[in-house]
Amino acid sequence: MKSENDIGRVSVKNGRYKIKGKFHIIEPNTPIFDDNGKLCGITNPRDMTYIHSYGGEAIFFESLSKGKLMASRCDNPKCDSKDSIFMPFRIYCPDCLRKNTVIDITDIAKKTAMIHSFIITERSGAFNTLKKPIKFINVEFEDVCTIFMGYLTVGEPKIGMRVVPIFQTKKPTYTIMDISWVPIGTPESELPEGFTL
Amino acid sequence: MIKFSDKQLKIPKMARPVYLATSGMSRFGRAFPTLRTEELCIEALTEAADFIKMTPAELKQYIHTAYYGHFADHFGDQLLGEAVIHDRLGLDPLGTIGVKTGGATGGSTMWEAIKAVASGYSDCALAMGWERMDEVPTDEGNHLISCAADKDWETPLGHIYTGYYAVMAQRYWQIFGKAEDSFRKTMAEIAVKNRGYGRMNPYAHGGMKITVEDVINSPVVAYPLRVLDCCLMSVGAACGIICDEKTAYELTDNPLRIWIGAGSHTLRVADRRDMKIPLLPNEEPGLYDDLGKRFPGGDRYPGFSSFLAARIASYYAYNMTGVVDPCEDLDVIELHDAFTISDIQSYEDVGLRPYGEGRDYIESGDGYHTNPKTGKPGRLPSNLCGGLIGCMHAVGATGLMQIAEIGYHIWNRWAEIHGDEKKWKKFGREKPKDWTDLQVKGAKRGLTISHAGVGSHVTATILMHPNHLLKED
Repeated sequence: MKSENDIGRVSVKNGRYKIKGKFHIIEPNTPIFDDNGKLCGITNPRDMTYIHSYGGEAIFFESLSKGKLMASRCDNPKCDSKDSIFMPFRIYCPDCLRKNTVIDITDIAKKTAMIHSFIITERSGAFNTLKKPIKFINVEFEDVCTIFMGYLTVGEPKIGMRVVPIFQTKKPTYTIMDISWVPIGTPESELPEGFTL
Repeated sequence: MIKFSDKQLKIPKMARPVYLATSGMSRFGRAFPTLRTEELCIEALTEAADFIKMTPAELKQYIHTAYYGHFADHFGDQLLGEAVIHDRLGLDPLGTIGVKTGGATGGSTMWEAIKAVASGYSDCALAMGWERMDEVPTDEGNHLISCAADKDWETPLGHIYTGYYAVMAQRYWQIFGKAEDSFRKTMAEIAVKNRGYGRMNPYAHGGMKITVEDVINSPVVAYPLRVLDCCLMSVGAACGIICDEKTAYELTDNPLRIWIGAGSHTLRVADRRDMKIPLLPNEEPGLYDDLGKRFPGGDRYPGFSSFLAARIASYYAYNMTGVVDPCEDLDVIELHDAFTISDIQSYEDVGLRPYGEGRDYIESGDGYHTNPKTGKPGRLPSNLCGGLIGCMHAVGATGLMQIAEIGYHIWNRWAEIHGDEKKWKKFGREKPKDWTDLQVKGAKRGLTISHAGVGSHVTATILMHPNHLLKED
């Protein structure tokens, strides 16, 4: 891990990215030899940090840190999909391509969220920070036309199980990891560190 | 979109007949520490030339444009890898382009080559695909594959693509499989079948003689999927030479007609809205009115249990070629068996069985070379090369390998390609003592499905012997 001072950080000044800290670490190449000691290749170490814009979805990720789940809705009276609520949040309606209205569905989620499908896996890729086994769940909500993907942190998932969102409000990462789910009725004392109902 | 206009449902039309003149493949493996990618691509192109008794230099004289499928630049740390291969094949200064559509990259590459010839732009085009998945540690490879999911909404969740896919498997398993032991056994039968066929294929690296119990007792990847339910991670290359009629008959006296349809659906399964099921030519209106009653929870389409992209690709391809009932009109198929359960899902999407009844394609014995119940030829054998589970999944090459394999059946040269002792030795593999000729006797028409991840891109390729077309051009 990089030290706190070395972590690459970015801010925006006058519409341009300003970077500070280490964004890549250089390691030497090392040779690869076969069983007979003959050269057959080389390692190419890379340690890089990408800079990524959330654009019109920034409000979704920022709201998670405030304990709110924001969705978007098509309000175009001329669109076949008028009144459709999208979660995952879509900046534009996929049918009329007009900008959707941002709406708060935290209460809908608390009252109606239910597991549509799930999977439990011991496997993960490099850079995973979720505790294993990972319990992926897909969550359906009343009046929402799509199905949200997330992870369950308390209990065992089942199709049809009622769940409620919890939010990483104390140490937000400003990523999708800031929202998780627990079975309805889970007391605050059982929530993972940093999360609130 | 969840409603489609007539213009969008128009059956694609090619301006002139298009032919597959020849195909070729490299050996496939989990890793080739002593081979560069260009060596594998040259091996595939040389095989394609050998197949029609030409030298690579002679065959290259016909190629006018080149289409390269290579999904994951970041695995090889080489952008514009297509330009490297194009140069190493000695095809500069011909026009060339790279194609990337995840697991469907091979099929999509063929789609581009076919359109180039159909339009008249080129009389002869190369479709070549490869993948190099052995040059990073497996966990970093898993992370790189997970980058094919939505980077903000999915990838941070475990950096493991299998997890994003397996929720679909779970839903199908519970709703349509009813979580029954008998359904689990049928899934395992697919792994036994495809790994068994892989043993007869010198190009394959996943052939195994296993039992249903071996599959059911293999380690869990993401329940209900176990290690032996899942496809391979592979390295290798495959290619096809696509021509107009005149050029095809200059190259060979036995070219095959080829057509292709393509479909798509949302990258995130989460975004899939409920819609009416688009019907294939062998399905009557009303067929699915009671689907939700027969399978409670199964009334949301495509939901988490079906692949709209595969259905739309099949809709285009069947209507282009006159296929009405694939089980009647086709002789052999190659499906994208990334997982045993997705193979079953595909049976429904491409119309081998109605939605909800996919398992019957295996349970009836239709999908086997030799029906295990009757001892007679299977009605519509699938994945006789071993498929992605038993042969390989070198992503950019997979769809092109499938097309080559169907071609070998229709050319009636399957045994020649797969049975040659010298080839087994050249690839460092031992030909099994019980090696079996899996040639589908009298095969005239076939289908391949090339499919990306959770179903974001799918192509359906149809090959036919020119004397056995189903409809006039």
